[in-house]
Order: sequence, then C-alpha cells, then structure tokens
Amino acid sequence: GSTTQKNLVQSVTDALDTILSTDSSAVVFGEDIKFGGVFRCTVGLAEKYGNERVFNTPLSEQGIVGFGIGLAAAGATAIAEMQFADYVFPAFDQLVNEAAKYRYRSGSMFDCGQLTVRMPCGAVGHGALYHSQSPEAYFAHTPGLKVVVPRSPIQTKGLLLASIRDPNPVLFMEPKILYRQAVEDVPVGDYEIPLSRAEVLKEGADLTLLAWGNQVHVLREVGQMAEKELGLSCELIDLRTIYPWDRETICESVSKTGRLLVSHEAPFTGGFAAEIAAFVQSECFLNLEAPVERVCGWDTPFPHIHEPFYVPNKYRCFDAIKKLASY
Amino acid sequence: LTMLRLCRFSFRKTRAWAFSPTRLLSSSGEPSGHEQSLYPGSKSRFSADIAQCRPLTSDGDGGVSLYRVMDRLGQLLNPEQDLNLSEETLLKMHKTMMLLNTADKILYDAQRQGRISFYMTSFGEEATHIGSASALNSNDLVYAQYREAGVLLWRGYTLDEMMNQCYGNHLDPAKGRQMPVHYGSKELNYHTISSPLATQMPQAPGAAYALKRAQAGACVICYFGDGAASEGDAHAAMNFAATLDCPVIFFCRNNGYAISTPTEDQYRGDGIVARGPGYGIDSVRVDGNDVLAVYDVVRAAREICVKMNKPVLIEAMTYRVGHHSTSDDSSAYRSIDEVSYWDREDHPISRFAHYLKQRGFWDEKKEADLRKECQERVLEAFQGA
Repeated sequence: GSTTQKNLVQSVTDALDTILSTDSSAVVFGEDIKFGGVFRCTVGLAEKYGNERVFNTPLSEQGIVGFGIGLAAAGATAIAEMQFADYVFPAFDQLVNEAAKYRYRSGSMFDCGQLTVRMPCGAVGHGALYHSQSPEAYFAHTPGLKVVVPRSPIQTKGLLLASIRDPNPVLFMEPKILYRQAVEDVPVGDYEIPLSRAEVLKEGADLTLLAWGNQVHVLREVGQMAEKELGLSCELIDLRTIYPWDRETICESVSKTGRLLVSHEAPFTGGFAAEIAAFVQSECFLNLEAPVERVCGWDTPFPHIHEPFYVPNKYRCFDAIKKLASY
Repeated sequence: LTMLRLCRFSFRKTRAWAFSPTRLLSSSGEPSGHEQSLYPGSKSRFSADIAQCRPLTSDGDGGVSLYRVMDRLGQLLNPEQDLNLSEETLLKMHKTMMLLNTADKILYDAQRQGRISFYMTSFGEEATHIGSASALNSNDLVYAQYREAGVLLWRGYTLDEMMNQCYGNHLDPAKGRQMPVHYGSKELNYHTISSPLATQMPQAPGAAYALKRAQAGACVICYFGDGAASEGDAHAAMNFAATLDCPVIFFCRNNGYAISTPTEDQYRGDGIVARGPGYGIDSVRVDGNDVLAVYDVVRAAREICVKMNKPVLIEAMTYRVGHHSTSDDSSAYRSIDEVSYWDREDHPISRFAHYLKQRGFWDEKKEADLRKECQERVLEAFQGA
C-alpha cells in the first residue's frame, strides 16, 4: 500500500493515533504527554482527541502504572508512558507484583491485558547513568509481562499496534537514539507485526548474529565487516520480542550455523543474552561449534564520558566473531 | 435524611494560556505588597505576618472530630436523626456482621487445627465493612486490602465460596493459586485481593476514570489500612484521584495497628483524614464502630463521587480486636486489657444490637437465635469444603 516517510517518533505517534481513532476506550497518559511529550511522541494527540483521552499525570511512575492497571482492569485501553526507561523502577512493584499477576491470581476473573507501557531506552551518546538504560532483563524475568523492542520506524508502528492490542500487559521499549535518526517509508494503513516472532534480516551460513533495538544495526555493520574481511557469511536476526522470545527461530538458526553471537547494551551479567545462551547451549549443544559469545555493556553503571568504551561497539563485536570463527 | 457536611476543601485551579496579571491584582485600597501571588504554583495572597503563612498542624486542637450517629451503647446522639433505613436493611446489616464474626471464629480455629494454611479475622471491624457496603450500589467497584470480607458477604458472596478459596479446592475460581482470604469475585465487582499493601490504591482511581469515561454512573471504593496509608502508592493514588477527577472513595480502616506497629509509630500527623486537604480531597473522619455513621458517610461520599466526579477520603476509626493474622500473637505487643475493652465495651455488633433493641425490632432471644443460626450455616459450609 501507500507509505509516508516517518522517523521513529512519528511512527509512535501514528500508532497511537490509529488506536485512539479506532478504540473509543483508549487513553494515553504520562508525564508531559499533553503538550506532545519530551520526545514529541504524542504531538497533536491531545488537540485531536481531547484532554480527557490524552492527558498529563502527576510525576509518579508508580502512580502512572497503577492508574493504568486500574484503567485496563475496568475495560479501557490504557497506554502509559514512562519518560525514560531509567525511571521505570518506582513502578516495578506495580508491574511485577500487580500487572504481571493480575490474571493469574484471580483465576482469569480479572486481567489488565489492555495495559501497554511505553518507554524510551538505550544509549543516546550523552545519557549517562540515568538516560541510557536498557532494563529488559528485569522484566523478562517476570512471567505475565511481555517485553518488546523495535529496531526501526516500520517495526515500531506494527509492533506497537500489536502490543497495544495484545491481551497481556506489554512493555514497549523504544531505542531513543533511533527516534529521529531512523527514517523509513512507513505504511500509512493499520498493520500489525506479530509478537514473539524474531525476524531473520539476512540469511547466512557461518554465524548467527542476534540482537534487538539499535544493536541490530551495529551487528548488521559487523556482519558486513566479517564478510568483507574474514569471508564469513553471517545470519542476522532481530529478536524483537524479548519475552516471550522466539526460541524456535533462534535455535533453528544456531543449529544451522553452529556459532552464536548475542549482543546488547545492558550489562553482561544477568543480561538477556545469558538466558538465550543458556537455552541455546541446552537445546543445540551438539550443533554448536563454539561457546555462545555475548558482547554487552560492562558490569558497571552506564557512564557519561566513557560511553564509547561502555557500549558493545562494532570492534568488540568483530573481535567476538573472530573468536567464534577460530574456536 | 441526614444532611452530612463534609470537611470542605475546594481548590479549583484554572490555568489559561494567556498571561494577564491585571486581572489578578487587587483594586485600590490594598496595602502594597499584599496582593495575590502570580506564581503558577500558588495564587494566594502575600503576607508579612508569618503566622498567616503556616498551615494548621494538629497539635493543640485535638484533631479532626469523629462523626457518629449513636454512642457506644447504641443510643442516638441526636434523637431527631433518622437515616431512613428500613427494618429489613437494618436487620440485614446486623445479620451480616454476625455472620462474618461467626465465620471468622470458625475459620480461625480451622487454621489452628491445620485444616487451612492461614487466616485473617475482622473482629471489631465488622461495621466498617457492612456500613460501607450497604451504602454502595452493586455495580460500584471494590478494591480492597485484605480485611474487608464483610463487603463480599453483604453483596452475596457465599460461605461456600469463602471456604473454597481458603481451602484452595477445585471449586475455587482462582484455582487455588493464592493464600486464604485473597478473595475475588467478578460477579460481585470485588477485585481479587493481592498481598502487597496499598498496590490497589492507584489502581482504584484508574478504574474510576474508566467508569467516568464510560458514564457508568458508578464509583469505586478503595479500602486500605492505617499502615498501608504510609506507602508511596497511597500518596500517588490520592494525588492522581484528585488531579484527574476520579469518582473514587478512599476508605481507610484505621484500626490502631499495622501488625505490631501502633499508629504512634506509623504517623505523626492527625491520622489519615488530615492528609486529604493536602491533595485537595474532601475528607471526613467517622466512628468506624458505628455502622449507621459509616453508612451515612459512604452514602454521602458516593453521591459526591458520582455527581461531581471527585474523590472523597473517609477515615473510619476502629480497633483490631483480633491478631493481625494466624501468624501473629498480639499479646506480644499490646495488653489483653486493651483488647478486652474494645471487645466488651465498644464492639460494633453489640452496639448495634443495643440500637436495634431500642428500636423495638430485636431482643435477646433473637440475638441468641441469630448466633446459633450463623454457627450452623458456617459449620455446614465448612464441612462441605
């Protein structure tokens, strides 16, 4: 169909606009939402749909998520925003103890499946400790929640629409560095991209490169470097949904290539790559030619001036490929 | 009908985009420097007298009074006062309180005997449940903490359903997933209880907002205790309810203890009612052992919620006669004399029995018969579970 050029921010706005226009129960809320949001994701929505549907809340993440759970449990589509993923933690109790368990603990009498919580995440060049975090691993450890990370504008609109409509509480983490940098021809219509389905972006025979969010683009470049300089054919996969994750696609790929590199900005220990590595070694052990390599943020808080050394950049990833290939 | 005046605190802020200081400045005759502030955060007047610039604190005036309709012996304070409740309703109130009390005794013992793993009683707080539940409509949503089983019983939750949940048998709609007393009922609009305290509090205004948008003509009631009121969620809840105009009743059961922690260690201000005005919420304190007073305030609160889409805060003072739970022995932190006083001298059920007797609908024999009937009903359900 027809498309328009949009950046990631505009794709978010587009998805929200689509929901607000088709679902009369839908409301969008959080800090600074009304004027358009600190990243401009909600620009124009309050004017178009009114202050009763697109509104500011007081500055309280636990309040925002709790309020959202109540809205959803009462039958409304509730789309909450955390201003930065780094500030989701006051809402941790509401997310983990309440949202994730709402349906289970009531024997399905009640649920808050209509809740979606969006938040900007990831390195942005100068964000430091509190404007750069990727908290997906904390929530991937919580049955009852879904965690989704898009890599591009087209992916964002489709995955966000799917997340909002998914009958489970979903955390939608948007890599903020891509908000304006990533521009694509985004379909104008209403479309969804399925959750829990990884996408093979490039097929390859020698190695599997797995990431999500902005790191997919880093690994794409690394794969090109590996092909050019080492003659290796790399299969590139975007996980897209962190939890529940697409075990089948990943294991199928690793069984074929025998070598896996997983990369994420979040710290190494206990990061989601650890879960993938554990599962893959268990399921694909005899197909593995080398131990699973994880290239991640270091086990320290996210620094300011040292960011270029902190993030899993292409050189570190390339080194890991060399290690995998020569094992 | 009793006209109940709530402690009124209306503070409407309208903010226009255009900035026009002239309409805020005083007319002639005003001493200079005492005009209205233009600060966005507060448009009060300036003053050189520091005493004018301090909000009231609770020391000195003894705190906000407790609203009651009858005294400890069931006598109406104002004989002219008539809540216009039918004999049928009054008797249902009494019977439901008695049923809760009886079920609590039997289920507490059941835990002691190893039949169920855990239990929490509501001894002494029966009027807070029944008084409030009876003033609501059946489609008003309930978000509770864990000591509000009487609300469920009032709405029609059966003893069998209570037992099934406590035993976690195959008839429990929650499939045995939770500890006892974590009741829930979709049919009765009572959200399933969760153990973490105060988490229900910000959810209640969210649900209320959805009801408002759906024009359901219903409200939400959110129960919580004096301890849970200290949680951050409680603060967030009240602030959200006020700023987002949510039809929610915040009902605090201040029973004097959070497990072993007495209210002296829980807060330094005048309880929970005093916090309401801080959020811009209409608030009232009530004698929680007076089922009629509780009914009256909740009825009035409901009307405010539904007609004006504003929250209301009710602090019901009461006393937790029982232990916190079957895992607690409260003799470790309070005197048996104190407990005994409330159980014998100021108990909501005996107080109401006195009232009913004075009204002529009740007597000793009926009381004894009711007790026996409740006992039989509970034991029957108990055996079935």
